Amino acid sequence: MSAAKFSNPVVRWIDHRLPVFTMLDHTANEYPTPKNLNYMWNFGSLAGLSLVIMIVTGIVLAMSYTAHVDYAFESVERIMRDVNHGWLIRYIHMNTASFFFIVVYLHIFRGLYYGSYKAPRELLWILGVVIFLLMMATAFMGYVLPWGQMSFWGATVITNLFSAIPLVGESIVTFLWGGFSVDNPTLNRFFSLHYLMPFLIAGVVILHIVALHRFGSNNPIGIDTKGKQDTISFHPYYTIKDIVGVAMFLLLLSVAVFFFPNAMGHPDNYIPANPMQTPAHIVPEWYFLPFYAILRAVPDKLGGVLLMFGAIAILFILPWLDRSPVRSARFRPVFRIFFWLLFIDAIALGYLGGKPAEGIYVTLSRIATAWYFLHFLVILPMLSVFESTKPLPKSISEPVLATTVAAE
Amino acid sequence: MAKLTSNSKSMSVDTKQQPGRRDFIVVATYAMGAVGAAAAAWPLIDQMNPAADTLALASTEVDVSKISEGQAITVTWRGKPVFIRHRTPDEIARANAIDGSELPDPQEDEARVQRPELLVVVGVCTHLGCVPLGQKTGDVKGEYDGWFCPCHGSHYDTSGRIRKGPAPTNLEVPPYSFLSDNVIRIG
Ligand code: HEM
Ligand code: FES
Repeated sequence: MSAAKFSNPVVRWIDHRLPVFTMLDHTANEYPTPKNLNYMWNFGSLAGLSLVIMIVTGIVLAMSYTAHVDYAFESVERIMRDVNHGWLIRYIHMNTASFFFIVVYLHIFRGLYYGSYKAPRELLWILGVVIFLLMMATAFMGYVLPWGQMSFWGATVITNLFSAIPLVGESIVTFLWGGFSVDNPTLNRFFSLHYLMPFLIAGVVILHIVALHRFGSNNPIGIDTKGKQDTISFHPYYTIKDIVGVAMFLLLLSVAVFFFPNAMGHPDNYIPANPMQTPAHIVPEWYFLPFYAILRAVPDKLGGVLLMFGAIAILFILPWLDRSPVRSARFRPVFRIFFWLLFIDAIALGYLGGKPAEGIYVTLSRIATAWYFLHFLVILPMLSVFESTKPLPKSISEPVLATTVAAE
Repeated sequence: MAKLTSNSKSMSVDTKQQPGRRDFIVVATYAMGAVGAAAAAWPLIDQMNPAADTLALASTEVDVSKISEGQAITVTWRGKPVFIRHRTPDEIARANAIDGSELPDPQEDEARVQRPELLVVVGVCTHLGCVPLGQKTGDVKGEYDGWFCPCHGSHYDTSGRIRKGPAPTNLEVPPYSFLSDNVIRIG
């Protein structure tokens, strides 16, 4: 922590009084990072970038947006047609929201595959689930703002979920609405909260990173780093690797923004909200579909709501459901099969959530829902006991050196 | 100085052994602080409940004589759709054909109407709040010929009672009264 290592006198003067440069230097140069991280470790920095893009474009959108039932739809159309570069800013905001979820889902599945939720990273994982919940709330309220048909009916259906709570349900829904239906008070408060929540997310992200830096990153083989030979400094090695990811991300995002800006949206949301008529087929944004499928799979209202929230809540206790001491799926042959089954199950739920709730789709949703819970509540605890894992390497360097030797 | 230290020491030993006036003050202070914080938070929370003007929303008056038999109209009350259907004798018969106590949300048809031919219900699905189909000619009316909610597939009968699907209760009957033979006031 010696400030003297900076050659620039201004930096030295500031750092002596406010050690921000020491902190940055510590993160970039001293913070040891496992040397074997693969590209699955890029999604954290990409999630951070997405959050920054959302906040910047969002603040700019808010300068032209009007949170009133009579003007909201028009003000968004004005952003699209008249405000300088408004179309670009809105399309970036819309599409980055989707990309944010893609990135975070990959980030979560990375953690599931490599056992990153296990000791000593339980709180790191839990903070991640908290961020995920806040993101869902933020995106849900953002989608209400343009006040199209999907905005309105999405808001109606989701807020009505709380009416399933016995006794106080109805009062809670009235409280959320500020009236007897989704209306102007609802739109106003959603805008206020939509503005607030990304900054709460930023706060939790800071805690997430503090927890990360306590023990450092997990890695593809899931064993602890044993010393200097297992690690490299974050800068320049992982800064450059992260930049490769950022370039790919921005490339794909640009393709979406400039060529398929509405591909992940729903055309009905370009119809102004009409409280008297529900669109024939309402679906939430794609990133909510797996949870929506679970909601609809259960024939009972309260049961559906409980299972839907339970599907996320179960992630909080995951570190205690999977008791296997081996982290990485590389050394868990049976777990690996079930991991991919869960992955397919999640995709299947996403597909089913977008289909009408009738016939074969309902049956399939029920099977997929049952499998989801079976995986976490039965299979993982059983595997922790019965699976025979492969022998672990002694250190991160060992398998790396072994392959080099073999190659020579 | 030395005396003071030894003094305070013996005091803390005392308090550990038996709760004294000091502990009472500490607990009372915490409690007071908690009550104060809750009182300060309440207006911030309660402001989200419906405001006075929202609560004071006017009731809706409807002339029902213009609805011909077999026809239905939708009016707005408290920002929600209300379905008013002039039922045909066949629809009334079908609503009464079943023993109401056997339904998911047991209720007899006669408990839901003031005049058998005029059914007034809030047009909001009791599942998650969509507006069911069945008001317009050509709409899907579901398996029981009343209303069908396309959102998650709830079927309502000609009395607006839930028969099949995830909705837990019958379509709500709003409070209404006949102002004259032809006009009802909802609310
Ligand atoms: C976690 C970060 C965020 C997420 C996931 C998010 C998500 C969304 C989504 C999905 C929409 C609807 C887009 C559409 O279909 O039109 C939206 C709209 C909007 N957001 Fe955000 N947002 C975030 C941050 C912010 C921030 C920080 C602001 C600043 C005030 C903001 C302001 C707005 C405004 C004004 C709209 C309405 C205009 C429009 O619909 O494009 N957002 N947001
Ligand atoms: S809202 Fe009508 S069935 Fe779900």
